[in-house]
Amino acid sequence: MRPFKTLQKLYDEESQVVITEKGSPPRALFHGEGFLQEDLPVGTRVIFPRPPMAGVPNVKAAIRWAINHPEGMEPLHALLRPGMRLTCVIDDISVPLPPMVTPDVRQSILEVVLELAADSGVDDIHLVIANALHRRMTEGEMRRMVGQKIYDAFYPDRYYNHDAEDPDGIVALERTSHGEEVSVNRRVAESDLIIYVNVNFVPMNGGHKSMGTGVSNYASLRHHHNPKTIRESDSYMEPKASALYRSNERIGRNIDKHLKVFHIETALNNRMFGGPTDFLAKKEEDYTEADRLKFQALRYTLSKMPRAAARKVLSAIPAPYEVTGVYAGATEPAHQKTLETSWKQYVVPVEGQSDIVIFPIPFISPYSVNSILNPLLVQVMGLGYFYNLNRGVPLVKKGGVLILLHPAYDEFDPEHHPSYIEFFNRLLPETRDSMKLEHKYEREFAENPSYVHLYRKGNAYHGVHPFYMWYWGENGRQHVGKVIVAGAENNHVPALMGWDRTDTLTEAIEEARGFMGRSATISLLRIAPTVMVDVK
Amino acid sequence: MPSKAAFFDVDGTLVKTNVVHVYAYYAMNRGSVLGIAGRTLSTAVSVPLFGVMDALDRKTFNEFFYRYYAGLTEDRLVTIAEDMFEDVLEPALFEQSQDLIDQARRSGCKVVLVTGALDFTMRPLARHLGADDLIANKMQFVGGKATGKVIPPIIEGANKANAIRAYCVKEGLALDKCHGYSDSASDYAMLAVVGRPTAVNPDLRLRSIARAYNWPILDLK
Repeated sequence: MRPFKTLQKLYDEESQVVITEKGSPPRALFHGEGFLQEDLPVGTRVIFPRPPMAGVPNVKAAIRWAINHPEGMEPLHALLRPGMRLTCVIDDISVPLPPMVTPDVRQSILEVVLELAADSGVDDIHLVIANALHRRMTEGEMRRMVGQKIYDAFYPDRYYNHDAEDPDGIVALERTSHGEEVSVNRRVAESDLIIYVNVNFVPMNGGHKSMGTGVSNYASLRHHHNPKTIRESDSYMEPKASALYRSNERIGRNIDKHLKVFHIETALNNRMFGGPTDFLAKKEEDYTEADRLKFQALRYTLSKMPRAAARKVLSAIPAPYEVTGVYAGATEPAHQKTLETSWKQYVVPVEGQSDIVIFPIPFISPYSVNSILNPLLVQVMGLGYFYNLNRGVPLVKKGGVLILLHPAYDEFDPEHHPSYIEFFNRLLPETRDSMKLEHKYEREFAENPSYVHLYRKGNAYHGVHPFYMWYWGENGRQHVGKVIVAGAENNHVPALMGWDRTDTLTEAIEEARGFMGRSATISLLRIAPTVMVDVK
Repeated sequence: MPSKAAFFDVDGTLVKTNVVHVYAYYAMNRGSVLGIAGRTLSTAVSVPLFGVMDALDRKTFNEFFYRYYAGLTEDRLVTIAEDMFEDVLEPALFEQSQDLIDQARRSGCKVVLVTGALDFTMRPLARHLGADDLIANKMQFVGGKATGKVIPPIIEGANKANAIRAYCVKEGLALDKCHGYSDSASDYAMLAVVGRPTAVNPDLRLRSIARAYNWPILDLK
């Protein structure tokens, strides 16, 4: 007999948690570049994202208000002086996902800021993309992000990607109390004022991480992008529970001590789908007949397309995100406000952990924009990001089972992810032990001249990046008892990852129940759009 | 002390030319250097012919050409090599070649050029790039004059791999940690023998080999 509390939830249309019953509709679930339509066992707890919060009615007015009423700093116009050296540091294409409809919020901020700077007699302005060890953004991506006018005025001499491997382009500041190296981009370090232009997509972004990570280098990043720090983090999304956050905080405070940084942070709502795909954000209970038809048509079309074409189609649909808040000023107080707005949008309270948790993995990740979600990135999405979408208590019980929905194909982009290929094919067959990988191979990959060249001159992620991706899944790996990838199209990818595989979700649930017991509780995080759980 | 090295092929990998251009330079200076070549072939005819011969069989081509050096003094060849570097090789260097070499050095590698060209023609380039060593063909000199023969083994194809292996043994380097860079499938052996091969501006065959073996592919500009 189900407890009364659960039955009540069943009929609560406002709740983001739905308990599956006999008459529940099948769920529309992401499965890489395609979709699955699956009936879930009765009693499965389905956790939906919150509906999008209302965006601010006038984004530019919100930006102007924020920079005129900053937190813990003077208004921006009071910081600008004729002849000063100003650098705008901008979040890269890894956020938001998918890229937002134009004008991107970064363009709106820059339009306001650059106009103000020009009025204040500031001519020496550089725009630096805070890509850290991510790939360089292409010219087309850079143009889209800031708009044609700013692009024409600044590219390429004054609008460029940060280069973490430029031997003359990095300046070391004083170490933190924990001995962490603090390195920043030389242009940034030598500026009179830095304006950080942020797009906050999840609570892990923004704050001290912006500068501490975005314009830093390998020597500095390795102090927190390592298995030990990751293991000490209960969640990447809750500052209090994150050793990663604390390390960035120490580094960021050192940066703030030496440099004048004015942050402009923006929070977005979760309106990820619009127009013809808006039904994807709905509960299946609320689907109209037209929605059902649209879903079937989309699912059928994608299933008949070559994967690369499906990827192109899906990537071509930008997200109509709206800005829910703009906060400016000193790092910590401005970020605190962003976090509050972010949690308001993403957090869904849930009662207790589950024995089995299902994560549908979509076609995109922060590291595969305009590229392929390779097996290491599938791992990052499942055991890294989705597992960590909580406030310190994971949705899955210790020793429980994670079921990932993805084809787990063996496909890599040699242009964006060359070092991933070697990592996957050479290192994973030897060991999956993060400590061993770090100790034995990390430096070799980081310093490989070919990978450094591809990072600096091509559009490749840094040689060390696949290690970070592997570490990213570390606290998930340490926590769960088993990972099953449902709908995997081959055996060797799950085997190399240390996962079980099944053809269907039903088989995966059967296997998981075999592992956890027949009465095991099941939750499905119906992502995307973004949703975070607050497990009570 | 470095325990690894980066071995760079030269023609097509670090410079846009190939060995034919070097020979052509000597051919154009035939009045004073390559009298035989000058008497038999005009430059306009000889360069494409060299190209065809090179494409057909590099080894035969080399042997055919080396004999034109017979009788020339070592001093003269070295002097022409300096001019040839300034006129031909330096302008043909890829802009990013020096960056790649510097990066190899920063990662703790010894930098070694491995080429089928003659050592005296490549020495100015090696000096310019800051290479630690040069593995190249050596002309035989008797009494200060070139004999037109190369001291075997000729550094080409599989012999490049052998030379690299021997170099690592001599210098105490770990072959599996070494890097190799080449543009041509004819250097497959050289790339396969090192632990970290990379295709640079590869020809079609090498590109497909690199794809098959998941070697990184660099496009130098």
